[in-house]
Amino acid sequence: MANTNTVMIEKYRNNFLKEVEANVEEGEWVKMCMQCGVCSGSCPLGPHWDHPPQELFMMIRAGKREAVLSSSSMWMCTSCYNCVVRCPRGLPITHIMHGLASYANKLGLAPKNQPTKKFSKIFWDNITKTGRANELKMGLSLYFMDGMGSGVKNAMANQKLGMAMMKTKRMNPMEITGGHGIKDTGGLQAILKKAREIEDAKLKKQ
Amino acid sequence: MGDVIATNQSILVIGGGISGITAAIEAAECGKQVILIEKEPAIGGRISQLYKYFPKMCHPTCGLEINLRRIKANKNIRVMTLTEVTDVAGKAGDYTVTVKVAPRYVNDNCTACGECNKAVTGEFDDAFHLGMKKRKGAYLPYAMAYPQRYVIDPAIIGSDDASKAKAACKFNAVDLEMKAQSVTLKAGAIIWATGWKPYDAEKIQPYGYKRYPNVVTNMELERMMDPFGPTGGKILRPSDGQEARNIAFIQCAGSRDKNHLKHCSRICCMASLKQTTYLREKYGDEGKATVYYIDIRAIDRIDDFYQKVQADPNVSFVKSKVANITQNKENSNVILNGVNTEGYQRYSNEHDLVVLATGMEPSIPANAFPMKITINENGFIEQDEANGAIFAAGCSADALDVNRAVQSATASALRAIQVVNRVAGMEG
Ligand SMILES: Cc1cc2nc3c(=O)[nH]c(=O)nc-3n(C[C@H](O)[C@H](O)[C@H](O)COP(=O)(O)OP(=O)(O)OC[C@H]3O[C@@H](n4cnc5c(N)ncnc54)[C@H](O)[C@@H]3O)c2cc1C
Repeated sequence: MANTNTVMIEKYRNNFLKEVEANVEEGEWVKMCMQCGVCSGSCPLGPHWDHPPQELFMMIRAGKREAVLSSSSMWMCTSCYNCVVRCPRGLPITHIMHGLASYANKLGLAPKNQPTKKFSKIFWDNITKTGRANELKMGLSLYFMDGMGSGVKNAMANQKLGMAMMKTKRMNPMEITGGHGIKDTGGLQAILKKAREIEDAKLKKQ
Repeated sequence: MGDVIATNQSILVIGGGISGITAAIEAAECGKQVILIEKEPAIGGRISQLYKYFPKMCHPTCGLEINLRRIKANKNIRVMTLTEVTDVAGKAGDYTVTVKVAPRYVNDNCTACGECNKAVTGEFDDAFHLGMKKRKGAYLPYAMAYPQRYVIDPAIIGSDDASKAKAACKFNAVDLEMKAQSVTLKAGAIIWATGWKPYDAEKIQPYGYKRYPNVVTNMELERMMDPFGPTGGKILRPSDGQEARNIAFIQCAGSRDKNHLKHCSRICCMASLKQTTYLREKYGDEGKATVYYIDIRAIDRIDDFYQKVQADPNVSFVKSKVANITQNKENSNVILNGVNTEGYQRYSNEHDLVVLATGMEPSIPANAFPMKITINENGFIEQDEANGAIFAAGCSADALDVNRAVQSATASALRAIQVVNRVAGMEG
């Protein structure tokens, strides 16, 4: 995989915009940005981004490949869609943010300890096992994301919430043994495997 | 005036704004018979609501007066007010146009003495002042209105006020029995000059127009500057009636935006630049204007104007489309929130008042034309063979400033003249 990065660098030498257009979901929209800034101003997490979306778009155009792909900014997107609704040019900004994050991840350039990235991985591993989210395991994996010590602390702090969820049948303690799933887990795995193959082939073709 | 006979050799002009007035005068001064149709009780259109004109900063009333003189002096023009077109039939050189004339309840005995106005008491929103002021049920549309004749609001017909108005008139000009009538006119060519209307600022949800009192539109600011307007020529905050000295302008408010008007109205940048000079006029060095913009579009020779405003130390520019407006609950100041494109700094700036530079949209919605006509995706009339001898002038053709609207009107007049000349040649 690390190889893919060098392949891409070779291939799109000096033209990061082209690389984004070809490889990032909805990347072909980036050039439509007119730098009005309404997305950045509308983002509820805006103050926490190193580079707001408008700036990321400009950086892509300016060829700042390293800075963009290793940025934690696009991982901050919570998919609230405020920017998409307000963008005067109709850019699917949310999708582009996720596209950039996912592309950076594929190339192995995403920041190592980005919490959203970790969460995404936990969520993905959790839901793809049985085709249904296992709330109990997911909660535990999240609590213990940063190790044993903070895990116990987190679990204690959220005890009340956990109990309430169990009471209202939002979480089942029996899930620890494996939990519920869809009828055809094998079918789901096959679909995901195929999707992965297609994606990998796409990258290899570059 | 008034002797015009509508034939296939006459030109019908629909809309009596600066474009329609210009087209009508140009054609009439070339010897053509012209009928000018206006749906309001007076001609003049939107420019009559402006305080000053960029780029020369003269008063629109001045240009209007010159044009009104030309109309009065020309026997080839007939003006029909309170009139709307309901149907257009026929083809180039041979149109039959049906119009509906609404009752004015005042005939041409009226001397504009104003006694009827004094006699009545009921009050209504004054559309000329964008509802920022009231007027009575017997009124003159605006000081320079042409024709200089009072109007009686249909809302008072049948009420005491109506009888009072009638009783007050010494010239027997109030006629409460007037009815709407349908009239059929012939024309060889039609000039369509129905102009524009301001984009509805309430649709721009994040800017809080109507939610926050100190969010106003650029047209409302023009009205405030009128010495005889709703605020007597002062820029007052609707929240507390205090003078606003620190004023923000938001460009492209509802323009160049796929959620609103897709097009650029071209004039809003110049209108805001002009309005920053109103602040200087009012307050000298005590006023402060901040213009929030995506890019300033001051075209060709009016770039000079932009440069002059830029040189004013009391005017600053922030390159940013404001994301949203909130309100300081204590003093009703508006707070503009966004990110500055030059450096990506986040800001929350407080101002006394914010002016939304809203753009122009065609006054007639796409599906409301009384005839078949080619329009573009923004609703403006396109030049098209298929339109026959119906020619658009001014802001019904595009978002234009007065200079360009008048050029467009003159061009349409020439096209219309060519058609009626052809008809004349054939009819001998
Ligand atoms: C805030 C602001 C400030 C501006 N300031 C300036 C400036 O300083 N300088 C400048 O050059 N330009 C300025 N403009 C632009 C200027 O207002 C327009 O260029 C001008 O009004 C165009 O005139 P018009 O005759 O085409 O349209 P309008 O003025 O809209 O006239 C159209 C006329 O047609 C009538 N009408 C509408 N529908 C019908 C119908 N169905 N039947 C009959 N009649 C109808 C209307 O009542 C109206 O009288 C400004 C615009 C804005 C928004």
